[in-house]
Amino acid sequence: MLEATTQAAARSFLFGRLTLDSLPFLKPDLEGRIVLVTLLVVLAGGLALLGYVTKKRLWGYLWHEWFTSVDHKKLGIMYMILGTVMLLRGFADAAMMRAQQAIAFGPNTGYLPPEHYDQIFTAHGAIMIFFVAMAYIVGLINYVMPLQIGSRDVAFPFLNNMSFWFTFWGAILFMVSLFVGDFSTAGWLGYPPVSELQQGPGVDYYIWGLQLSGVGTLLSGVNFVVTIVKMRAPGMTMMKMPVFTWTSLCTSGLIIATFPVLTATLLLLSLDRYLGMHFFTSDFGGNVMMYINLIWVWGHPEVYILVLPIFGVYSEIVPTFSGKPLFGYSSMVYATCAIMILSYLVWLHHFFTMGSGPDVNSFFALTTMIISIPTGVKIFNWLFTMYRGRVQFTVPMLWTMGFLFTFTIGGMTGVMLSVAPADFLLHNSLFLIAHFHNVIIGGVVFGVFAAVNYWFPKAFGFKLDESWGKASFWFWLIGFWVAFTPLYIMGLMGVTRRLSHFDNLALQPYFIVAGFGAFLIALGILTFVIQIVVSVIRRKAYAVGNDPWNGRTLEWAASSPPPPYNFAFVPNVRARDAWMDMKAHGYRRPLEGFNPIHMPKNTAAGVVIATLSFVCCFALVWYIWWLAVASFVGLVVASIVHTFNYRRDFHIPRDEVRAFEHSGNWQPENQGANA
Amino acid sequence: MSATAVDTTGNLQSPFLCSEEPHAPNGSLLGFWIYLMSDCFIFASLFVCYAVLGTSTAGGPTAAEVLDLPGLAVNTALLLVSSVTFGFAMLEMARKRKTAMLAWLAVSGLLAAAFVTLEIHEFLGMIAEGAGPGRSAFLSSFFTLVGTHGLHVSVGILWLVVLMVQLGKFGITEANVRRLQCLSMFWHFLDLVWVGVFSFVYLAGVLR
Repeated sequence: MLEATTQAAARSFLFGRLTLDSLPFLKPDLEGRIVLVTLLVVLAGGLALLGYVTKKRLWGYLWHEWFTSVDHKKLGIMYMILGTVMLLRGFADAAMMRAQQAIAFGPNTGYLPPEHYDQIFTAHGAIMIFFVAMAYIVGLINYVMPLQIGSRDVAFPFLNNMSFWFTFWGAILFMVSLFVGDFSTAGWLGYPPVSELQQGPGVDYYIWGLQLSGVGTLLSGVNFVVTIVKMRAPGMTMMKMPVFTWTSLCTSGLIIATFPVLTATLLLLSLDRYLGMHFFTSDFGGNVMMYINLIWVWGHPEVYILVLPIFGVYSEIVPTFSGKPLFGYSSMVYATCAIMILSYLVWLHHFFTMGSGPDVNSFFALTTMIISIPTGVKIFNWLFTMYRGRVQFTVPMLWTMGFLFTFTIGGMTGVMLSVAPADFLLHNSLFLIAHFHNVIIGGVVFGVFAAVNYWFPKAFGFKLDESWGKASFWFWLIGFWVAFTPLYIMGLMGVTRRLSHFDNLALQPYFIVAGFGAFLIALGILTFVIQIVVSVIRRKAYAVGNDPWNGRTLEWAASSPPPPYNFAFVPNVRARDAWMDMKAHGYRRPLEGFNPIHMPKNTAAGVVIATLSFVCCFALVWYIWWLAVASFVGLVVASIVHTFNYRRDFHIPRDEVRAFEHSGNWQPENQGANA
Repeated sequence: MSATAVDTTGNLQSPFLCSEEPHAPNGSLLGFWIYLMSDCFIFASLFVCYAVLGTSTAGGPTAAEVLDLPGLAVNTALLLVSSVTFGFAMLEMARKRKTAMLAWLAVSGLLAAAFVTLEIHEFLGMIAEGAGPGRSAFLSSFFTLVGTHGLHVSVGILWLVVLMVQLGKFGITEANVRRLQCLSMFWHFLDLVWVGVFSFVYLAGVLR
């Protein structure tokens, strides 16, 4: 008896509240089977990948060239890969929900019990925002922005590497929750009181996953602002910056101003959960609505954090493929800044039904409507840029035009929702679901695909396959509308979100159509993957020089892919479309006279610190206190040890620069002075 | 066209390129300052919570009953003086007088440590009286706001100790000057936040 108690005490000391019962794949029910199959697939895939890397002896290469790299271009590519992997996970969640809702009618309860269904919609939302959209955005800014401003790297290359690993480990913590314990069922924003202590470790996974990635995002935001403010090439005044750089600046400003609020909010929730405090509890004076307010003070600007850089992407693509400078550059910049500020003044429209009264609701309804004005300015600027241009219907341009059509409609349904009385009917209905997917898929996701197709040749030296790219575009565009039009219609009929079962059989056809739409989107993702595979196989045939699209901004002046130092000589910017100006006035690339280039050294500190943070967070989820303390002390010590390293830079020798400049991938007309 | 080409002897003359590497000074200071602004938003959130929950005592003690103003006066004096002594350290750094600088830094660190000790003492006293952070939403928000500030000060002390070791070992180098300037900003920032805490939490709380 005593022995059993001692054993139990030892077990709970070693493993906290983690027991064999926490492993869902050991359970004999249907849910357990689903998780088991997923686990086996992930294990098989993961082991195959690890085996391949080991067999090809790639660990050293990956470690030295990628994991510890402080090169903004490599980090950008790693972010894009992370985003794509997580897109597959997030989409798998979406497909499961669509399948469940298409069959769970009347006597048929579907294949997902409500508990499991709730975890899936929570994971879908949180993953898609934090680890797909954010990873893509930060990846794009990382890759493109320093090139656009003629810089060699970001301002804090080590922090940049560490940011990536924090984001990465946040995503891993979410993935671990699939197999060890449960995930939160409280929705993607973790509303209390559902997310309070009565819910098990799922919410803690959610909290710590977001805290990890939040650290990464905040540091990236600071990094980008300092890079843009301090490291622009000489001559590039603020109003000569490319629009993508402008939108990166505004987005980074929003990150700095809002992610701390998210950090604080989640911290308060965890204080409720870990230390028994009463911020958001229903008793002892806690205030649930304060959480809703705080989380949306972050949450609404967040959607602009996602979409602003994408507006920048379109502002690069449209002029390039219309053969004209961007129409209304200044108004584009002012519109971006206006959106940045207004995005902070609209958060309450997410809960008009809270009962703030007509005055408060009117204020937030008006600010919400006003925000559509600068957005409209942008839409017209893109249209006027295309007007009388020689529009080339390349894949990036198709995505852009799909965006213009789709996003505009999504914007209009948003204005419908901004009318507070109408919102009382539409709140938390499928209409809302259709609306925000309309703007996030039609805006952000389309833009990411446009950007990938546009800048891929810069990053890898060959173009992506056009036919598969067009197939992917059409599957996505049509799939999107087939999937979400039924949701708009049902939302207007009053069907609410997050239901895993329906009694009204009349709704089933709509859900079947929506499910078919999801299938089309699945084909869109599949064709995207095929597009990449096909292009890699045919990379010789698709090889391009430094400027495949007749680009206008500085990233096209560098070789494809650019050397580690980006530019042998920092450009001296004379005009807004700096590269166009250089081409128009007879720029010739120098082939001699290089200098050694000062660059930051790679470091393992980011990997170490972020990994220890992950261990600490995992231990906190399961109350394994000894491990939490040990890993926390470890990460503090690792951080201090890192500060004793003063030799963080080196010079790329002149000969190496010369060799790069002679072997790089250039277009014939940019072959240089001697060509 | 060829007017803008370079000659191959190595003298770069292109109007499109810089022959000298541009230099961007003080990036770290700007970055750290921006980080402090983001920290400001964390404190802003905590202040807002206190503003909302400050009277939600749930039948428990109110601010006027538990807050200790004389202790606060000592505490505040300690922290404000430590900012002054940190300023002296910065002046000594500018004069390249290492020993004096380290001495003033040590004084600043000790004052801050005394501040944290008093704060912990106050917290333990409140918890012993049954006014712990789990008693009511007011006390949750009080402990979190004041505790977060105290945690920042503690991190500042740890940073100070590490930096003193580095200054002692490697001297007043460019990198160390930069680090000390960042820590100095951090130190004064925490002072400013404390001014907000004592006026908003303690003074207003006792009057309320």
